[in-house]
Amino acid sequence: MGVFVKVEVNPEKCKEAEKLVEICPVDIFAVKDGKVVVVEENEDECTFCNLCVQYCPEGVKYTKLY
Amino acid sequence: MRLYEYESKMLLEKYGIPLPKRILVKTPEEAAKAVEELGGKAVIKAQVLTGGRGKAGGIKIANSPEEAKKLTEEILKMKINDFPVVAVLVEELLNIDKELFLACTYDEVAKQRIMLISDAGGVDINEVVEKDPSRVYREWFNPFYGMMAFKAKKMADFLKLPKDADRALQSVIMRLYNLAVDYDTTLAEINPLVLTKDGKIVAADAHIEIEDDAMYRQQQRLEGMGIHDRPSTPREPTEFEKLAEENDMSDHRGVAGRAIDFGGSLGCIIGAGGGSLTTFDAILRYGGNPANYCEVGGNPPVKKVYGLAKLVLSKPGVKGLLVCHNVYSNSRVDLVARGVIKAMLDLGINPAEYPVVYRGAGAFEEDGYAILRKYGVRYYDRRLGMDQAAKLAVEMLKLIEEKEKEGKSLEEAQKEVAQYIKTEEFVKKVLGEEVAKKVLEGL
Repeated sequence: MGVFVKVEVNPEKCKEAEKLVEICPVDIFAVKDGKVVVVEENEDECTFCNLCVQYCPEGVKYTKLY
Repeated sequence: MRLYEYESKMLLEKYGIPLPKRILVKTPEEAAKAVEELGGKAVIKAQVLTGGRGKAGGIKIANSPEEAKKLTEEILKMKINDFPVVAVLVEELLNIDKELFLACTYDEVAKQRIMLISDAGGVDINEVVEKDPSRVYREWFNPFYGMMAFKAKKMADFLKLPKDADRALQSVIMRLYNLAVDYDTTLAEINPLVLTKDGKIVAADAHIEIEDDAMYRQQQRLEGMGIHDRPSTPREPTEFEKLAEENDMSDHRGVAGRAIDFGGSLGCIIGAGGGSLTTFDAILRYGGNPANYCEVGGNPPVKKVYGLAKLVLSKPGVKGLLVCHNVYSNSRVDLVARGVIKAMLDLGINPAEYPVVYRGAGAFEEDGYAILRKYGVRYYDRRLGMDQAAKLAVEMLKLIEEKEKEGKSLEEAQKEVAQYIKTEEFVKKVLGEEVAKKVLEGL
């Protein structure tokens, strides 16, 4: 889990997992068993570019932990 | 890439510039033999990739082959400015009438090649320029026209040499210019260029540097002459430098590396678009003892800053940290703060109890400050100059060392100083009341 940023994704609401992986410039998402998951070691790289939220507003949420 | 004198002279020879007779040797025995071949007397010159070898004792006159053997043995053992002597050039003695100076370099303001000539050869030309600028003549060269004979004549005429020597000098000027252009040199210097008592112009010493960015097109032709590419530092990179380089190469985004290992106690994570060097200079000016030099810029990912910070913090001897960034580092303040804090946490360091002077400014600075506040790190924004940050850090280290001298353990000293440097009193004491008020207001 990230120390500074927490990213949550709901795979049920973000069906096109590959698209989310492609959209994130800092590799926070990956595909596991056909579903999108968060790569925890990369969470702190989140730049708040918001592209993931724009793509899947219902299924992605990021929180600043400070 | 800097060339050795003997390599520089190989290039001069290729361009027909007159040189003294010379023999490159690598052992004292070879030197003795070479002196014998040159008539029993010769100059013994250390081949080393740095200046100041004359003052350091790297140039000696041998009056016999035996003496040459002894001198060469001594010179080959020398290190000048940390650079090893790789060979010795045994050169015939010249019958010197005058020592001149001639160089071709690049004027970055005029964006043109410039040639300088002076009758004050054999000494540092910068000193001559400072003391008596009228003794140096400059001529600029438009790259579309290149060298033109009348310019070489103007330069040579400045020295008012006898007619034959003047002509010979014009030829040397033109040849040196052509060499500089053909080999993409940043500097092609002949100092001294000697006028001998029989009226000849001879290049007694030479210093050539080739533009690193042009090596892709120069390497092959230099290799053909036995001149190989080489690092510009006198020593092998240390483990710290290798790891920092690895860390920097781990991701193409931004820079968090280019570290140089020093033996001091102030760890540095600095990025300022050129300000790293000036901040480093400021640390030295205030009597600080840096543990390292490094560069952070171009918005590196958190993991690269983290990797660098971890390396610096775990470097043996590091007692405190200076994190210093300005807007021109083009790096997000929050991403740098994340990297630094994360490294501390991973090393089991409580950021609130570790002595850090943290100065950050730029994009996402509010987020960066929020992170630093959360972890109890006193930070400064753009109102604190980088020079002032360096001063605070140096004073912080002095306090730690004083406490250690009083008999406290390093950990105790660090904890106490970490608290004290957060006070207004400390900032006032180091920077004065007025500056302290300005930089602390609202923080």
